[in-house]
Amino acid sequence: MDNRKEQILRESGVNVRKCMKCGKCSGTCPSYDEMEYHPHQFVYMVENGEIDKLMASPSVFKCLTCFACVERCPRGVEPAKLIEAVRLEAVKRQGMNHLKSDQIPALLDDEMPQQAIVTAFRKYSK
Amino acid sequence: MQRIGVFVCHCGTNIAATVDVKAVAEALKFEPGVVVSTEYQYMCSEAGQSLIKDAIRDHRLTGVVICSCSPRMHEATFRKTAAAAGLNPYMVEIANIREQVSWIHKDVAEATEKAIILGRAAIAKVHLNAPLTAGESPVTKRALVIGGGIAGIQTALDIADAGFEVDIVEKEPTIGGKMTQLDKTFPTLDCAACILTPKMVDCAQHEKVRIFSYSEVEDVKGFVGNFSVTIKKKARYVDELKCTGCGLCTEKCPQKKVPNAFNLGLDNRRAIYIPFAQAVPKVATIDADYCTMLKSGKCGVCSKVCTAGAIDYQQKDTFVEEKYGAIVVATGFNPIKLDAYEEYGYSQSKDVITSLELERLMNAAGPNGGTLLRPSDKTHPHTIVFVQCVGSRCDDGKGKSYCSKICCMYTAKHAMLIREKYPDTEVYVFYIDVRTPGKNFDEFYRRAVEEYGVHYVKGMVGKVLPEPDGTLTVRASDLIEGKQLRLSADLVVLAAAIEPDKTARPLATKLTASMDTNDFFTEAHPKLRPVESPTAGIFLSGACQGPKDIPETVSQASAAAAKVIGLLAKDKLTCNPCVAHSDEMLCNGCSSCEKVCPYGAITYSDKEFRGPNRTTLIRRVASVNEAVCQGCGACTVACPSGAMDLKGFSNSQIMAEVDAICK
Repeated sequence: MDNRKEQILRESGVNVRKCMKCGKCSGTCPSYDEMEYHPHQFVYMVENGEIDKLMASPSVFKCLTCFACVERCPRGVEPAKLIEAVRLEAVKRQGMNHLKSDQIPALLDDEMPQQAIVTAFRKYSK
Repeated sequence: MQRIGVFVCHCGTNIAATVDVKAVAEALKFEPGVVVSTEYQYMCSEAGQSLIKDAIRDHRLTGVVICSCSPRMHEATFRKTAAAAGLNPYMVEIANIREQVSWIHKDVAEATEKAIILGRAAIAKVHLNAPLTAGESPVTKRALVIGGGIAGIQTALDIADAGFEVDIVEKEPTIGGKMTQLDKTFPTLDCAACILTPKMVDCAQHEKVRIFSYSEVEDVKGFVGNFSVTIKKKARYVDELKCTGCGLCTEKCPQKKVPNAFNLGLDNRRAIYIPFAQAVPKVATIDADYCTMLKSGKCGVCSKVCTAGAIDYQQKDTFVEEKYGAIVVATGFNPIKLDAYEEYGYSQSKDVITSLELERLMNAAGPNGGTLLRPSDKTHPHTIVFVQCVGSRCDDGKGKSYCSKICCMYTAKHAMLIREKYPDTEVYVFYIDVRTPGKNFDEFYRRAVEEYGVHYVKGMVGKVLPEPDGTLTVRASDLIEGKQLRLSADLVVLAAAIEPDKTARPLATKLTASMDTNDFFTEAHPKLRPVESPTAGIFLSGACQGPKDIPETVSQASAAAAKVIGLLAKDKLTCNPCVAHSDEMLCNGCSSCEKVCPYGAITYSDKEFRGPNRTTLIRRVASVNEAVCQGCGACTVACPSGAMDLKGFSNSQIMAEVDAICK
């Protein structure tokens, strides 16, 4: 649990403790009404380690990455970067069903560039 | 050989938790010259000081080393202790094992070792200490107050009432400062002008107070008790002594399109103006940026209508030099510029205003005669949104990291006054926290909510969008309700953060007074010396030291006055005996020291010296005026021949310390 939180924080470079819970991110978010969890809740839930709940929510994909919250946050918390990191985790997780390392030899052929395999790992494997 | 006593302080657990104080006392016992070494819980307490005094008498000590906090904290305390026991106070040395050891290290073994080394260095220095006697310098019994807002006015009146002469230097044409622009004051809602203008008149009429209006401090020389200040009286093109303040010129001037700074540009004034009717001094001033006579030589209307003959287009800046014993800084604050916060639409819509602009709009002497109208179309606003913390508590590189302290209360005041006067108006306040620590402050805020029905919404405004129909769409979060709100507002009021006045930074340089990263003046001690600058003789009053409301500003202003009175009441000040002196046999007369001395304490003269074979040599040598020297040591570094040395901090003493550390 905590490892995953640490990973999100490391990938996003966001310090959630800087948040002063003013709600300006959610006051400015154009996708607010589409979301189950809103930008300020993202920050709070990551701080509480509720990563699974976030990853299971469609909210992750409702963020437009318009960066309004990043631009206007008075504390420089950058919620959109946090959401991006959670989204990346969710994508990686889903990807595991699509490509497993023991499947790879069967997929290989002479024509396939090596880079494609590496990319496939990056995209789909944890 | 000195007989040295070493006293190690625990400072409660401040030092003792990280430094093995017993081990330090034990280790230093065996240093050369040490005859007694002991430790105690609080060396600065009465019991601790008695312990030192007894040891000085019992062991006939000639030098004392105290291992404790920074000398800035208690050097003076321990020097007094030594003096009380009959020892020369300058035979005391402090080894700082708190700020330089226990507070910055974690490992007990390493910290203890470092504490022992610092103690050893202090012992090495004491061996070379010589008894010093402090001289005296006279005190000029006059004070200068820089800034004529409510802080400066209160300080000046208090000092003057104690019988000392005070000069106020104010850069604007009138004293009064920001408070003159306010409508009502919290938490009692009395009108700002009604409580301020009588004080302004008191200043003008007090026989001990002189006002230099439209003037600035140009240069500051000297030191505590003996400052010499050059004041620039800016050309106002009106003879202050002749002008009667009738105001005829301000009505006849044909240049009508000058933004009125007093009303924050919400209306216009003429090129010759008196900021407001209750100005002190009530003297007209010509704005040289707009006056056609000054710019092109054609006009002269004001001169023609002035029956007193006070207009003088040839007037130049003049400089006066005055002597003071103490200087009070009261340079105040300004709201920040809001250009960086484009999401609030301040530059896009006239109906997005700052709180200070709202004060003018609601003021009876303001541009609308006190009727609250939208600046854009002069209609009555029905929905008003207040946004708190605009630029305050920010860590985004655009605003200020601190809380501006006054906004929560003045916003509650504005909301209440609007609901009182215009009950058909809906008022929303978006807040992050409502901070109301002050006497009757929270009650005041609750009244706005409970009695006046102001809608306080926990959340922040994210965007203010001017619509084609003239309304403003406010998008904000309501964190309690868990909603994003979209309000249609007629007027949006931004509680802009406050910052020190721009003149504060260059002034601090002239005064050699220290500032923090936000350009607020630093106090000598944040708790115990809050109205004094670390620079002796410089005092702080009002918002130049930190954000403050009026009650707090007035308290601090009076506190600063009390400190000034304490200083001016003395006939003589004890000088610092740790001053420079020149060894005439080594001095080669090069003038290096004279050039670097910031106090002008060094002079050169020709002196006769005995040469070889009964000849007489005339040599040019430096001498130091000990009353003027502040012991900064710049000359000792600049001197190429090593003739300059500082008493109490001689080169040999410092080398002895270095040797002890490197041993």
